Amino acid sequence: MITLSAYVVVAMVLFGIGVIGVLVSRNVIILFMSVELMLNAANLTLIAFSRALNVLDGHVFVFLVLTIAAAEAAVGLAMVITLFRNRETVNIDRYNILKW
Amino acid sequence: MSDYLFLVPIFPLIGFLTNGLLLGRLPRPVVSFVGCSTVFLSFALSVMLFFELKAMPAGLRVIEQVLFTWVPSGDFHVNVALLLDPLSAVMILVVTGVGFLIHVYSVGYMHHDPCPGRYFTYLNLFTFAMLTLVLADNFMLMFVGWEGVGLCSYLLIGFWFEKKSASDAGKKAFIVNRIGDFGFLLGMFIIFWSVGSLDFLVVAEKAPLVFAAGGALITTTCLLLFVGAIGKSAQIPLYVWLPDAMEGPTPVSALIHAATMVTAGVYMIARTNALFIMAPDALLVVAVIGVVTALYAATIGLAQNDIKRVLAYSTVSQLGYMFLACGVAAFTAGIFHLMTHAFFKALLFLGAGSVIHAMSDEQDMRHMGGLKKYLPVTFITMLIATLAIAGIPGLSGFFSKDEILWKAFSSQFGHPLFWVLGFITAGLTAFYMFRLVFMTFYGKERMDSETRAHIHESPKSMTVPLVILAVFSVIGGLVGMPHIFGVTNYFEHWLEPVMAQGQQAPASHALAAGGGDTGAEWGLMLASVALVLVSIYFAYVVYNKRTELATSLRERFSALHKVLLNKYYIDEFYGAVVVRPVVYFSLFMWKVFDVVVIDGFLNGLASRYEEVSDFVRTGQTGRVRTYATVFVFGVVVIVAYLALD
Repeated sequence: MITLSAYVVVAMVLFGIGVIGVLVSRNVIILFMSVELMLNAANLTLIAFSRALNVLDGHVFVFLVLTIAAAEAAVGLAMVITLFRNRETVNIDRYNILKW
Repeated sequence: MSDYLFLVPIFPLIGFLTNGLLLGRLPRPVVSFVGCSTVFLSFALSVMLFFELKAMPAGLRVIEQVLFTWVPSGDFHVNVALLLDPLSAVMILVVTGVGFLIHVYSVGYMHHDPCPGRYFTYLNLFTFAMLTLVLADNFMLMFVGWEGVGLCSYLLIGFWFEKKSASDAGKKAFIVNRIGDFGFLLGMFIIFWSVGSLDFLVVAEKAPLVFAAGGALITTTCLLLFVGAIGKSAQIPLYVWLPDAMEGPTPVSALIHAATMVTAGVYMIARTNALFIMAPDALLVVAVIGVVTALYAATIGLAQNDIKRVLAYSTVSQLGYMFLACGVAAFTAGIFHLMTHAFFKALLFLGAGSVIHAMSDEQDMRHMGGLKKYLPVTFITMLIATLAIAGIPGLSGFFSKDEILWKAFSSQFGHPLFWVLGFITAGLTAFYMFRLVFMTFYGKERMDSETRAHIHESPKSMTVPLVILAVFSVIGGLVGMPHIFGVTNYFEHWLEPVMAQGQQAPASHALAAGGGDTGAEWGLMLASVALVLVSIYFAYVVYNKRTELATSLRERFSALHKVLLNKYYIDEFYGAVVVRPVVYFSLFMWKVFDVVVIDGFLNGLASRYEEVSDFVRTGQTGRVRTYATVFVFGVVVIVAYLALD
């Protein structure tokens, strides 16, 4: 039997990897994947607590999150492609014209 | 017919709208036709209304026409309503009659002007405003007309606005008039505050119940109204705008600055005679200002060389006579002089215009002379007007001026001193008017040869109005002959219902004095006629027979002559006391208060904001990872705070 705290620890680790990925990555695609990682860490927590507390609300939330994440991924990737076409790079530090 | 009363002011309004909206699109003859015919229609209607009014019983001669409610605001209720009574009937006949002749004259006079449309537009608007003023049945509507004529006066004085002196004169007239209007407004406020209505008839009826006769409140009210009259009718100390107003076209000077608008103050006082009769102190002020202005302006007229300026000061002086009449509660005499003055002074101005026209726009009398044989019609008509204003027996000016002088002497509010000053003024008037005639029409021809070659009698459209006005200058006085001639004074009878309260006091006074007055009246009349004849002879000697005498007199009294020529330096005095301080104060407010204080504060505030935002916006680096780091850091802080709480 895997305990609830094990799920939470895994989720925390996943979330931490995601955060660090967002902070340190220069590649916009990796950055995008890190965001997805954080989303899934949250999903994992929701499922775990749903199972532990024996209610279905968590499942429902997760389906909602997955659906929206799919849509978001489509939009996000489209933006990445557009950015690449314009700047010919995926280095996020080069996307810096919106400043003072 | 009385239902059509509203059309009297509406006709000129139609002319104004037609010429004004189609400005520059109508050919010159159409413009002239619209301008003149609308005023003629008003005149024809006025004549018909006059006869209808005459057919009514004497005490009931009032036609009131309420057009619509203008201000329905609680207790404050004002109608746009017209009032035709014997007083306003006289006024509309003068305004439309003399006005029509001047419109016709203008067709000839403005023949060479490039903007006849604008001219007739203004002139029709003026006629509309003036008719509104005299036909109004309450103070407020009268004030609308009052401001309207002021506006038109401004526009027409500055008609040739390319000339700086003309546009300056227009501004001066408007600003000086504003001072008077302010007094009029305050007087109106007091009347509404105490009587609760602005209708002339209601105010006249209730005034004896509301005001204590001779009290401070009624005196203040009358003095404030009189301040309005001073501004509009160019009396001391607000007369300075009228001589400058001569920058306008000459027919304008005749219509607005001699015959009609400047007499609005006299009309206003006659209209509110029920109030003035209750305030003897205010009447005294009116009489004193009137007679002093009459004498003062006449002395300036002695030394002026510009033909129109002589007439301008003469107008100020004659208006002084009218106020003297009002001040001694002889309102009828004031209105009578207003009417006769409208005839002969309009004629004098139009004659002067004809002279100026012939002289290729020369206005200086020192460059004229000997014009008699070139301009026979102008000469004859102007001579008639001069005789009328001088007060030669039988002509209109004699009857009206003599009545004023007699009332100044005999009225309950009169004083022999008033008569003496008015008497001296009559002599001066005769002198300066004949000086004008002799300098212009007699003697050596002092113009240059080129001007002389162009001298021509004016066209028919100008001479016919002159002749008609000359006829009225002769016979206009016959309606108001004095009682001692053993005839009925039709004019006095006609105005009696309006002036009922106004005439009561002097009448009872005359009864108390007994029949001995007749001899005095004859005596005073003969004295003034004698003085006038002597003055004319003196003018003849000095300015025609022995012209070297004029030069030697001028040299002997050079200091006095200089003071008179410079109009007592009043313009300079006002300039130093009023205009310059205001200009300097405005400069201070602009250069120091506005630029340094207000602008400095706002600009300083804006600079501080800029500095602060310069610093703050350095945080916006454009680097996404920086934002993400700050964001994570913020989340950590919030979570830690919630966890530790």
